[in-house]
Amino acid sequence: MTAPNPHKLPSRIAKDDEHLLVAAAKKGDTRAFEELVNRYEKKIFRVTMNITRNQEDAEDAMQDAFMKAYSHLKDFSGDSRFYTWLVRIAANEALMRLRKRRPNVMSLDEPVEGQEDLMPRELQDWGPSPLQRFAQTEMREILTTAIEALAPDFRTVFVLRDVEELSTEETAKALGISVPAVKSRLLRARLKLREQLDRYFRQGGQN
Amino acid sequence: MNCRDVVKKLSDYLDGELEPALAQDLDRHLSGCKECTMIVNQTKLTVEIFCNAEMVELPEQVRTRLHEALRRKLSPGNQP
Repeated sequence: MTAPNPHKLPSRIAKDDEHLLVAAAKKGDTRAFEELVNRYEKKIFRVTMNITRNQEDAEDAMQDAFMKAYSHLKDFSGDSRFYTWLVRIAANEALMRLRKRRPNVMSLDEPVEGQEDLMPRELQDWGPSPLQRFAQTEMREILTTAIEALAPDFRTVFVLRDVEELSTEETAKALGISVPAVKSRLLRARLKLREQLDRYFRQGGQN
Repeated sequence: MNCRDVVKKLSDYLDGELEPALAQDLDRHLSGCKECTMIVNQTKLTVEIFCNAEMVELPEQVRTRLHEALRRKLSPGNQP
């Protein structure tokens, strides 16, 4: 018996009664579908906004995602959570718009097996509570700058895997890429974001 | 396990997806390596900050337009 890993990230998404709402919506209960929309609209907008980084595209992608989910509700088998299925639709709508707007930047289908050195350099302590050194609005700007600095393929994987808490397999399925590709991009995204935050959080740093 | 191995295995370790024997090796390395402990802790904190941050708000007018479009879609005759 090994001791639990104290560094393991916790899960924040609790199981709930969504399957009951989905079953009712499938039978034509529009109020049940509206309840699902109310429940997930903020999260789905967060997904489409985080992927596209453009409000107009994010809004269109969100609307189309909910419309498609409604139209294809009968195709939802219930093998996964409804939310996971919805995120997958929303991510694809967002990616479609991102590719249209930035056709040369998106490289989601290409393998990322880069040989670059991932080892962080010049490490410095962040102190006991780095967040408290910044006002809320300042912190939001820092995080926005950091996530926008990520390449779209890294950002998309990070958003689905870490922010929306899809599993590695669900993320791979949603994006049509392999599990090793998800893991490789997630590691790089996490390390790059750490590096971005390090500029602000290192004690005696820029700020 | 050396420092480069720790970085390579970092995501799996944080996600609890590392084989127990490897996780033990990694823990042993961390107990003697201040730099890798810093990398693990800072990366974990980074993920938690982004998880908990309310970076994106749904603007009220965007929400209103969504619900108007939905009402049209959910009207009789448009059932799935």
